[in-house]
Amino acid sequence: MATLPLPAAPRAAQPITPVSALARRAASLLIVHMVLIAGAIVILLPFVWMVITSIKSPPEIFAVDFSLWPKHFNGAENYGNALSKVPLLRFALNGLIVCGGILLVQVLVAVPCAYALAKLRFPGRNALFALVLLGLCIPIQVPALPLYMGLARLGLLNTYFAIMMPFFLSVFAIFLFRQFFKGYPDEIIHAARLDGMSEFEIVWRIVVPSAWPAIAAFSVFSLVAHWNDLYWPLIVISDMNLATPPLGMMFFADAESGSNYGALTAAATVLTAPLVIAFLIARRRFIEGITMTGIK
Amino acid sequence: MSVSAALAVPTVAPPRNRQQWLERLAGIGFSSPAFLLLVVINIAPLLVLLYLSFTNYELGALHTKFLGLDNFRKAVADPVFRRSLGNTLVYVAIVLPLGVGLGLLIAVLLHSRKRTRSFYEVVYFLPVTSTLIAMATVWQFLLHPSLGPVNGVLRALGFHEIGFLSEPAWVLPTLAAIEVWHLVGFNMVLFLAGLSAIPRDLYEAAEIDGCRGAIDRFLTITWPLLGPTTMFVVVTTSITAFKVFDTVAVITRGGPMGSSEVLLYAIYLEGYQYFHMGYAAALTLVFLLFVLAFSVVQTFVLDRRVHY
Amino acid sequence: MASVELKGVGKSFGNVEVLSKIDLDIADGEFLTLVGASGCGKSTLLRIIAGLEVQSTGSVLIDGASVDHLRPHERRVAMVFQSYALYPHMRVFGNIALPLVMSRLNLFERLPLLRALSLRRRRIMPEIASEVQAIAEQLQIAALLDRRPAQLSGGQRQRVALGRAMVRRPAAFLMDEPLSNLDAKLRVHMRSELADLHARLGATFIYVTHDQVEAMTMSNRVAMMDNGAILQLGRPSELYARPASVKVAQFIGTPAINLLPARVGPQQTVELFGLDLPIRVRRPAGAQLTLGIRPESIAATPAGSPPRSGQIALVGRLHRSENLGAEHILHVDLATPSSGSVTCKVAVDPDRLVDAARNIAIAFSPSSCHVFDADGWRVAEDDMQPSIDTDFRAISAVGS
Repeated sequence: MATLPLPAAPRAAQPITPVSALARRAASLLIVHMVLIAGAIVILLPFVWMVITSIKSPPEIFAVDFSLWPKHFNGAENYGNALSKVPLLRFALNGLIVCGGILLVQVLVAVPCAYALAKLRFPGRNALFALVLLGLCIPIQVPALPLYMGLARLGLLNTYFAIMMPFFLSVFAIFLFRQFFKGYPDEIIHAARLDGMSEFEIVWRIVVPSAWPAIAAFSVFSLVAHWNDLYWPLIVISDMNLATPPLGMMFFADAESGSNYGALTAAATVLTAPLVIAFLIARRRFIEGITMTGIK
Repeated sequence: MSVSAALAVPTVAPPRNRQQWLERLAGIGFSSPAFLLLVVINIAPLLVLLYLSFTNYELGALHTKFLGLDNFRKAVADPVFRRSLGNTLVYVAIVLPLGVGLGLLIAVLLHSRKRTRSFYEVVYFLPVTSTLIAMATVWQFLLHPSLGPVNGVLRALGFHEIGFLSEPAWVLPTLAAIEVWHLVGFNMVLFLAGLSAIPRDLYEAAEIDGCRGAIDRFLTITWPLLGPTTMFVVVTTSITAFKVFDTVAVITRGGPMGSSEVLLYAIYLEGYQYFHMGYAAALTLVFLLFVLAFSVVQTFVLDRRVHY
Repeated sequence: MASVELKGVGKSFGNVEVLSKIDLDIADGEFLTLVGASGCGKSTLLRIIAGLEVQSTGSVLIDGASVDHLRPHERRVAMVFQSYALYPHMRVFGNIALPLVMSRLNLFERLPLLRALSLRRRRIMPEIASEVQAIAEQLQIAALLDRRPAQLSGGQRQRVALGRAMVRRPAAFLMDEPLSNLDAKLRVHMRSELADLHARLGATFIYVTHDQVEAMTMSNRVAMMDNGAILQLGRPSELYARPASVKVAQFIGTPAINLLPARVGPQQTVELFGLDLPIRVRRPAGAQLTLGIRPESIAATPAGSPPRSGQIALVGRLHRSENLGAEHILHVDLATPSSGSVTCKVAVDPDRLVDAARNIAIAFSPSSCHVFDADGWRVAEDDMQPSIDTDFRAISAVGS
């Protein structure tokens, strides 16, 4: 085949001199950061406003002219007000108890089940997995009604158990851990069996330690979801002493009916702070957790 | 030593059968707690719902009557239900493009930043971790007609004040905006992960082939290869938006005049305030149908088109 | 087709210098290979030629004109990546057509929905289609135009990548280890196909690889690189027969060259294991040297048998032999104070050559020796003269 003919000259593009190239890069960088900062301002505005309002005094809050920084610090009174009107710290404690309990049972139930689905052969395995997949599509608000009726009949409303119970099973955890376990090398498990380990030991002493990243990521996901859940606690709890943070906030907003913004924002700060602080400390884990949920 | 003696093999109980039996036992044992919970939490309630939806059961009632499909017929004709469904769908229609689009935009802008990236990641993700109820209360203050800074800015620019949460026309979009504020960081993280999965040499090959600007790169490489991620984000965002409840329950209570009444709130009222269990069960099943439509149907329809 | 010149091209990442002032002239139509171990800078150099990296110093010229300020697609080069970098969401047709689409249609004619309105696009697309078809037929992938990359085998993907490069009619083809991801048999086949392609197109090929066989068999010239610098530039035969440094000598040739420590003796001859070899060097007495002998230049004979005239013989013990079928590779331990070991190739069964104690003699002639100085550089020809006494008695070192 003869040499291919030379091509027509390419469309005359402006040769990029170093100066104009630099200028273009600088301009696009400026635009990018302007957009990002504008977005960041919108994102942070409520947080900043919340904290600042919580330390302002009522005259300043209701003042017509806006000053960002308070002239008179009223923080102690606002927070004191909030803490005394409703048991804020109690709400946070409830959040800890409920989320911790839920997470514990979730992991204890999901890990063996995920291992069985990933590594063991037993009758009904495929049917079980199909049910797990189906469960992924069913949000808590669907079985809520019958569960509520059942708990009411058993007289178990207004208990920690009632808040935690529907979440003991996390099909998401089973799905996530199963994906992880499937990638675990079979040879190690065979070697452990040959060494005489029971399946139970294999799960908890060999496979789980290597699945730690997945478990940590899921824990983050579960904690955030259940700390901020309103629907179910609203249904089963009417006793304020058992309220979780969102429910507590709702009680407080009801009680204040929107006039004492100082105390309201103080309460909001107290209830939002734990998760935000935890997030700032464990940033990597949070983001890994969310990323893992996307990688199905 | 005779040949037969050398060849004789001692008979042992074949280990494989025992191992298989052990495996089966372990499998069933390990999965039985989960299975039990599955039945109690998902399957039994579904069946109960199904049954209830055909009755007119009210909590504590002594007599129940079998109604057949009457509950469903009633729902279709019920203006309250139709309004709540309509509101919810409008809400999703606002949240979905904004939540996905903004998440994608931020992710694309952030993807090539090196030094400022983690700062912005943290900032944009903060709302995701915050308690929506608490922040919604703050938003209520921010959007207050006379006290809030948003209206203050509007006034300074010469516009009239807007009752974001008190005017029927504005309520739903405002709640949608709050939702977008809440979940844009989540979507951003998912898109960032998807962007990182695109091999760098595809961009280089494209550059050599003539992809000049950012738009070219985005259309030729980024958008097509983000397909699976985009699909996932669309599904999760639409389901999250469809399940809107918190802001309505705390701030607007479905008002003003029902303009922010959403499906879950309507179900909540029917089931837990008015105790019309049968009707609420029917509505719940409708809710489930929509959620299934969002997740299952979208996945099947889009899945083939986005995976290469 | 064009010539490519590099003038003083250097690259540093922060304080780390990756390329040090490279000068290289590649003629129009030449097949030049940049070869070297991982990390030597060959890929970086290729990417600088392509415009994907910007050099820290120096200039790149294509056809005599500087292209430093031009973006990659403006330089009229095409690149084949190690991973092929095929667009997974486009079919083979789309992959090959993309460069043409990018260069001939403007943005609006390419936007997904708006482009249906463009008349110009309707006129140009068939032209593009026929060009793609022609290239595909040349590469024998015309039947695959409708498939996605995921459905292709490694060799087919390679050809699509080549087609995408060819369709641009570039001034130079840049290839970054394109055969590394193929299995051994396919690699051999694709080597000859690439060589044929080069002959057919008559284009300039700049090829990067770590595989010395590819470098030797396909190139017009080879540039061996190490640590960001070119050690030697020349025809493959030159690198084999007259390696400029120990590193070049070690890199080219399988099995690798034997390197033995030696010195300059008092008579200014090469002294190996206490023996004076009939090779004179103009270096001060006592200076360290390295003597290199290729396995294929060494003959093995039974221990104790007289060596042929003119040859140097050493005695050692056969440590191990590897049977390759047509030949055997012997590993012989030389009995020296600093226990060296020599590899050589023989065509006969080594068992015929060893005695009961597995002693064996190896012999080589002075002219097949490569002498390197203490820094590893070749001792130049005019610094070396074979000794005048050709009628030399063979010397053998008796084992201890």
